[in-house]
Amino acid sequence: MIEIVTGLWDALPPLVQYLTVVLSKILLVSIAVILTVAFSTYFERKVIGSMQARVGPNRVGPLGLLQPFADVIKLLIKEVVVPTKSNKFLFVIAPLLTLVPALAAWAVIPMNDWFVIADINAGLLYVLALTSLGVYGVILAGWATNSKYAFLGAMRSAAQIVAYEIAMGFALVGVLMAGGSLNLGDIVAAQSGGFSNWFLIPLLPLFLVYWISGVAETNRAPFDVAEGESEIVAGFHVEYSGVAFALFFLAEYANMVLISGLTAIFFLGGWASPFEGIGFLQQWGDIPLIGWIFSGGFPWLFLKIAFFMYTFFWMRATFPRYRYDQIMRLGWKVFIPITIIWIAVEGVMAWMHIGPWSGLTI
Amino acid sequence: MGELLHIILFYSFAAVLLGAALGVILSRNPVHGVMFLVLAFFQSAMLWMLAEAEFLAIVLVLVYVGAVMVLFLFVVMMLDINVESVRKGFARYAPLGVGVALLMAFELAQLIWLRSSGVVGSGSFAETAEGYSNTKALGSVLYTEYVYAFEIAAVILLLAIVAAITLTMRKRPGLKVQDIGKQVSVRSKDRLRVVKMDAESKE
Repeated sequence: MIEIVTGLWDALPPLVQYLTVVLSKILLVSIAVILTVAFSTYFERKVIGSMQARVGPNRVGPLGLLQPFADVIKLLIKEVVVPTKSNKFLFVIAPLLTLVPALAAWAVIPMNDWFVIADINAGLLYVLALTSLGVYGVILAGWATNSKYAFLGAMRSAAQIVAYEIAMGFALVGVLMAGGSLNLGDIVAAQSGGFSNWFLIPLLPLFLVYWISGVAETNRAPFDVAEGESEIVAGFHVEYSGVAFALFFLAEYANMVLISGLTAIFFLGGWASPFEGIGFLQQWGDIPLIGWIFSGGFPWLFLKIAFFMYTFFWMRATFPRYRYDQIMRLGWKVFIPITIIWIAVEGVMAWMHIGPWSGLTI
Repeated sequence: MGELLHIILFYSFAAVLLGAALGVILSRNPVHGVMFLVLAFFQSAMLWMLAEAEFLAIVLVLVYVGAVMVLFLFVVMMLDINVESVRKGFARYAPLGVGVALLMAFELAQLIWLRSSGVVGSGSFAETAEGYSNTKALGSVLYTEYVYAFEIAAVILLLAIVAAITLTMRKRPGLKVQDIGKQVSVRSKDRLRVVKMDAESKE
């Protein structure tokens, strides 16, 4: 049986083989991301529920676990209302323009030391370029809707995303200086060797800037002025309903998972285990089911992503919304100077050969 | 096989690029025009990617599509363009437009003629070795050989930013601004005065 399958496989032309492998990898990652998104909505409601001394969803399925699917089915069978005076083409394409970059960025995210869809040289730049594209969907949605509230939301969101992108980019300059590479796999490899080698410690200011800017980039609380309910109803997606709204929702959560994953990869060693440096634990790395705890692997990346997702929800339940001018002040006058100063500090430290970054040679 | 795929990709990207460029100048709605320009940038990035210049391609998307065009869209969205008044200027500016177009066509033709006569280059890129990094190659030249030119360009851009900010900065009288440092460091005794007094009787 196996021989027949491998025989058939070898008979295929190399291009078809290549396409099959790549497409199945893409399918696998997309389904995983979409399922993660579905369950993170459940996770969010449970976390916020418990923080507000409520139960959260508990009616659909055991422990309410089927609630995300109930929500999706509800949204799918609702009517999509297109406003009469809207620009129909842009109105329909805007949710897609937010979703596509959020999913496409996963192409270069390494899940463990061998699984990555595209192992490209300039992975970090690719991620930066794609995360900067998400803003188009928001702006176009706000403009095409032809509604004042949506337009105000789009304006706020565009200014906010452009401002925080600069701080994010500068924080990543620090990461690539420390890692000595633009390839995400190499950046994780540069952090191997246990907790003390993670970039979290030498790049702590950049980590904080990157993480907070990430929250601002995804328009999540406390930076969610783009959809501030008390002022502009629901911001840029006020006129969206049904599937179109579901796509915005999906994109927002996919972006949150992406930012969590990127923060884990850039500052928390990605799939690496924090116990790596400890000598006597290494012999347990080969134990079948729990070996990953000591030798690292995809479960660690998953746990780190889950931790950051929890922080997203924690912040949403805890902090009041920023005022708009305070958001701008934080982005331009606090974060950008911090990142520039820390890059200079890092450069001087590397030049004088102090610090953990061995990959950097001047 | 690879060669054929390369050619097919090149011509399809080039065709979409030309279509998008036409869309920029032919579309009546300025927002559509900006979106066509975004598409054109994307397609040129893809062409660079085909030429194995991955750093330039991604930076084109990052800088032009991710930042410059967002600000463009930001401005264009807020314009209320009167098509009638735009039409009026058409006849006046047409000769200038035709002149620029002719100049560009002439330059292009010259370049093609120069390439085909074999004076410079062979018209195709040299194959790069396995493990060649475009980013590294660019960086090592930019920060050694051309470091002065690079730094001067950076300073000129900084100058432009400072100039633009100075032009828009003006002190308006009666403007109320919060000083967050002051707000945070305020103490209750600065704002509140506790007065001790004896109880008063009704009369």
